[in-house]
Amino acid sequence: MSDTALLIENVDKFYGPKGHGVHAVKNLSMNVRKGEIIALLGSSGCGKTSTLRMIAGFEPVSDGTISLAGRQVHLLPPVKRNVAMAFEGYSLYPPLTVRENIAFALKAKRLSQAEVDEKVAYIAKLLEIEDILGRYPSSISGGQQQRASLGRALIRDADLHLLDEPMGQLEPQLRALLRGRIKHYIKERGLTAILVTHDQTEANALADRIAVMEGGVLQQFDTPQKIKERPANLFTGTFVGEPPMNVFEASISGGNGSLSFGLNEGVKLDYQIAAFSPGVQAELTKRRKVVLGIRPYSVRRSADGVKARVAVNQWLGDQTHIAADFAGGTMVLVEHDRTRLAIGEDIGIHLDPSSLHVFDSETGRAISHGKELA
Amino acid sequence: MESTSTPERILRGIALTLVILFFMFPIFWIFMMSFQTNETILQIPPSLSFTPTLSNYMALITGKLTTAAGTLDIAFMGNLGNSVFLSTASVAVSLLLGVPAAYAFARHKFRGSEDIAFTLLSFRFAPPLLVLLPLTQYFQWLGLSDTYIGLIWVYQLICLPLILWIVRGYFEDISADVEYAYRIAGHSWFATFRKIALPLAGPGIAAAGLLAFIFAWNNFVFALVLASASKQPVTVGALAFVTSSGIQYGQIAAAIVLSIAPTLALALYAQRYLVEGLSLGAVKG
Repeated sequence: MSDTALLIENVDKFYGPKGHGVHAVKNLSMNVRKGEIIALLGSSGCGKTSTLRMIAGFEPVSDGTISLAGRQVHLLPPVKRNVAMAFEGYSLYPPLTVRENIAFALKAKRLSQAEVDEKVAYIAKLLEIEDILGRYPSSISGGQQQRASLGRALIRDADLHLLDEPMGQLEPQLRALLRGRIKHYIKERGLTAILVTHDQTEANALADRIAVMEGGVLQQFDTPQKIKERPANLFTGTFVGEPPMNVFEASISGGNGSLSFGLNEGVKLDYQIAAFSPGVQAELTKRRKVVLGIRPYSVRRSADGVKARVAVNQWLGDQTHIAADFAGGTMVLVEHDRTRLAIGEDIGIHLDPSSLHVFDSETGRAISHGKELA
Repeated sequence: MESTSTPERILRGIALTLVILFFMFPIFWIFMMSFQTNETILQIPPSLSFTPTLSNYMALITGKLTTAAGTLDIAFMGNLGNSVFLSTASVAVSLLLGVPAAYAFARHKFRGSEDIAFTLLSFRFAPPLLVLLPLTQYFQWLGLSDTYIGLIWVYQLICLPLILWIVRGYFEDISADVEYAYRIAGHSWFATFRKIALPLAGPGIAAAGLLAFIFAWNNFVFALVLASASKQPVTVGALAFVTSSGIQYGQIAAAIVLSIAPTLALALYAQRYLVEGLSLGAVKG
């Protein structure tokens, strides 16, 4: 494919001796198109930073290949890969000012001083660091250093931009502002970027596609919307989304045109079997045990619903988070209005069949999302 | 503003004075002695009032030592020159070998790297005299005894471990990502070492070099055994002042003043680096 910027094929990363070392990245394959912004999302130690460092060339690839702009690069030194990177630890050069640090990335290109100045000024304005250009890294705050480091990466004209937690140190308002500007900057120039983050808001806002990683394994690689609506497995389902998905183990019983999910403490959810597509019906009826997942935003209250008892009721200023004791677990629901529910009060819970995510109880793989098969 | 109470300040002043007296008095006394004749030095009780004389310094510089038994030739200025040459050359060689090695030990964990680094450090554990006996033999076979090259080689036992371990700690303190950032911007490994790692570790390298210089300068036993008079540093040359007609305290004092002057000057000049470098290297090494 000519529009492929980055192609990772069957890459493994071992730290320490093979076999009894750490297997940090397991058989990773992914394909990034030119001009795409990809987020590697996952908790600490999931292999996302290892992946980034292998692409940059700071860690050798244990197995597999990495190609960038049509060239195999996994055996080349970092110098020859033509990638730009913003480091999590900023890594500015201490003896240089912020301006020199940013301009430094352009050194290899032999631009005229006027061009360099213009580019630096532009990126400094974009990142709101114009006032500290003359300062040294040791005399500015972490957030400012982070933006300088980001500027140093973005100013380059590389085949791939790697951004490791690029906005972790910024204040929320600034982060929101810069997210928009950086996305615009990257898109406007047709740059390809991979960003590593554990902040799903950032991933959702910036990325065209999100790669969710856990335990060194790529769990799902899809658009933010797909990941939210059609999580590939239980991990992605519970990892992405705030507040997290409600999860309950359920046993399936049915017959006579109905389908029931039996939860703990005798709670039973009954549905018309016609609410599910024939494929889902077939998949569900041949299983006994499944895991049910429901997003807090899709839980409805209704008087004739299944009984639950309010345990926590929090008004967050723009939405209410209610946690209720339900079927031996906790059901979290989100409502947009302020609800005046007392702790201990009984409520009725209604779960629409279209909002049910069903997962295999053993492998965690998704079976169905709402009416349709996964 | 930090405020200290008056008694605290006074107590601190007294403590500082005591410490300074304790450490500086011998040097002060030697300095005074270097301007006296043997008679005034040995007079009891000692007195601070005397007519200063430059004869001790004159004797050292002209190389003619006049004693009751006659005139003796001493090669003090030659010794001083030897000291300067041996120490400087040893430190230079150590830096040349030790700094890249320290970088390798700090950045690349290869098989056996810790063992090699520790072996190098262990050179400092062995009592020098034990090492010297076999070394003398080898040096005679190799034709290295009584040569500057041989001495500089042996001095590596003193300088190299010191530089290696202090500078290694310094390199480890530099975030590897700073170097990665430089390399990814299109620079080779060697350019990164030269332009990023070396300047950032500069103070540590300076401190380690200075410390190695002091140790090399003060070494006595290696040169005593392995070098003849013409190659000997001041530490060994000072033995010449113990003559058959008595010990020449005045000349010894003058010789001490002259021989500590270069290291003292160097240490004062680089004091800032030394303290900074030592504390970093010591904690993180």
